[in-house]
Amino acid sequence: MVTAKTNAYVDAYPEVESLLCGKTLPWLQQLRADALLQLTAHGFPSFRDEEWRYTNVSAIDKKHYGVALNATSAAIDINWLKNYQLADVWSLVLVDGYFSADLSNLEGLPDAVKAISLSQAFQDSHYSSFLEGKLNSAVDFAENGFVAFNGAYFVDGVLIHIPSKQIVAKPIQILHIATQALTAINTRTVIVADELSETQLIETYVGLDSAYLSVAVTEVFIGQNADVTLHKVQVESDNALHFGGTYVKQARDARFRHDNFALGGLLARSDVHTDLDYASECELNGLYLGVKRQHIDNHTRINHLKPHGISRQLYKGVLDDRARGVFQGRVVVAEDAQKTDSQMNNRNLLLSSDAEADTKPQLEIYADDVKCAHGVTVGQLDEKSIFYLQSRCVDEETARNMLTFAFANEMVDKVKIKSLHDLILGQVLTRFPQEGINKEWL
Amino acid sequence: MLSIKNLHVSVGDKPILKGINLEIKPGEIHAIMGPNGSGKSTLSHILSGKSGYTVTEGSATYQGKDLLEMPPEIRAREGVFLAFQYPVEIPGVSNVYLLKAALNSIRKHHAQSEVDAMDFLTLVKGKVRLLEMDEKFLYRAVNEGFSGGEKKRNEILQMAILEPKLCILDETDSGLDIDALKIVSEGVNSLRSPDRSFVMVTHYQRLLDYIKPDFVHVLAHGQIVKSGGAELALELEEKGYSWLEDAEASA
Repeated sequence: MVTAKTNAYVDAYPEVESLLCGKTLPWLQQLRADALLQLTAHGFPSFRDEEWRYTNVSAIDKKHYGVALNATSAAIDINWLKNYQLADVWSLVLVDGYFSADLSNLEGLPDAVKAISLSQAFQDSHYSSFLEGKLNSAVDFAENGFVAFNGAYFVDGVLIHIPSKQIVAKPIQILHIATQALTAINTRTVIVADELSETQLIETYVGLDSAYLSVAVTEVFIGQNADVTLHKVQVESDNALHFGGTYVKQARDARFRHDNFALGGLLARSDVHTDLDYASECELNGLYLGVKRQHIDNHTRINHLKPHGISRQLYKGVLDDRARGVFQGRVVVAEDAQKTDSQMNNRNLLLSSDAEADTKPQLEIYADDVKCAHGVTVGQLDEKSIFYLQSRCVDEETARNMLTFAFANEMVDKVKIKSLHDLILGQVLTRFPQEGINKEWL
Repeated sequence: MLSIKNLHVSVGDKPILKGINLEIKPGEIHAIMGPNGSGKSTLSHILSGKSGYTVTEGSATYQGKDLLEMPPEIRAREGVFLAFQYPVEIPGVSNVYLLKAALNSIRKHHAQSEVDAMDFLTLVKGKVRLLEMDEKFLYRAVNEGFSGGEKKRNEILQMAILEPKLCILDETDSGLDIDALKIVSEGVNSLRSPDRSFVMVTHYQRLLDYIKPDFVHVLAHGQIVKSGGAELALELEEKGYSWLEDAEASA
């Protein structure tokens, strides 16, 4: 469906073109032109699209989000930043979509590991030829209007390249900060992990208190027998719109784990897609918390393309007030993907009678010798557990808070990076009734 | 300690307990035995405050207070402890967190300050050793993935740390192998004291080989049909419950 506002973004394109990176690269210009063409033809998704049936994106029409200018990083309060920039990791900071070398911390990063902004990479013939053919090869502009929008509009982003056999000693954090109201922030991340490497990455999305539109596309290429763990921590501001997609290609025997914390934003959508080659494994974990009028949508798609792949998914949602949570998980097992072992679970806790959870697991199996399971629950707190805690001296309200917290904490506890774990724990706690929860005892 | 007088309890319209009378003095161990469906579990539930039951008549007085008026957590803080037949798994809450929350709730109830972190760990670790448990259990989620025996041991561990005055053991022996039964029994025996009482609800006599009761009561059709000393349990083991139920029917 083509909406008037979609055309407004298309119409505005000539004015913003000059702000975009990589203008001298013909292949990138072609890519952007294709993206714009796709956006012109199909616009943003509507609820008539099966993949968007639970999520109404018309909020982007209500305001016009102009392209953010590079406002330099002077506006960032360093003490505030410390809440989100982890101290014991390497970090790349993007402010309103633009890489900030001043705020980033790459001290001690091994020379072999490359972590640079896309705007820098496009100016370097070595990196630009590395990116040509790679950028946008894990995703298609036809995927949805936001991917196309992002392709046409991204102002900057990050390239991370881990060479083969490299075990990266510390996690690498990519911190996205939004500071300007009514702006559209389009960023692009490319992560390439060569064979036998091991990497832990963190993507954090945060904003100063304002309404903005954040569109982020991340592509991850994992080489043979390499291991990538990617944590996404989405704590956008209360009035922000977030559309983020992570698109992964796993080579033979590659392992990918994604921990997805969708906590912020007024309307937030996250897609995680991965293609599994022979005997590769993926684990997708997710936690979404909705309060007030938040709408948080999570989509996963796992394509088992070759035999002996293993996939595990556990997404948990806690929804209070008038919040709405969506989980659509799709597992496709190709005809050739025999001996696939796949499990998908989605569990939702509703804390209010006005909260809503929509869940739709989908299995499409074309092979005949596979083990695939899925389970879905939507419910309230277990009365037996409440009584058990009461019989252990805990009053009912505290018992309810403890159990709600515990439901979410199962996902937080999976995070083994201490500083990140504490950041997420703090974020989870601020979103819950905390009466009776004692952080020091955890 | 506990005085139950003419207690009638229903679930919905269905009467389950039909006039229970029981006097429990400090330091005593009472065993409540009876066939399935006799109301044993209802008795332990009503004493610990589980919802879903209606008291239609009678009373239960604990240390001079109306027990049935208190919410479950107040009973627990006043010293009533129920060891569950089926302890609940609580993923996401560690054992040590729950123990600390429980112990501090009791201390607050008695206008005492929070327990010192070091003292707490010393206390807990001592009890863990007593029950021959692995310290790692403390940091695992409450009962999650525990075997039947581990869950029951965990109940006794909580009891040992919270030091209740009235301990209600609901079918604690069910699902225990002989080694676990011994450890659990030793744990209970170590907690015996002149001012602590126990109510053991059990179907079988074998638990009573390890924890010797002062009194045995037989519950059938919602009433105590016979009371006696420890020897009554042996008689039941030999003859079963039917002779008592028959005697009641013909009476």
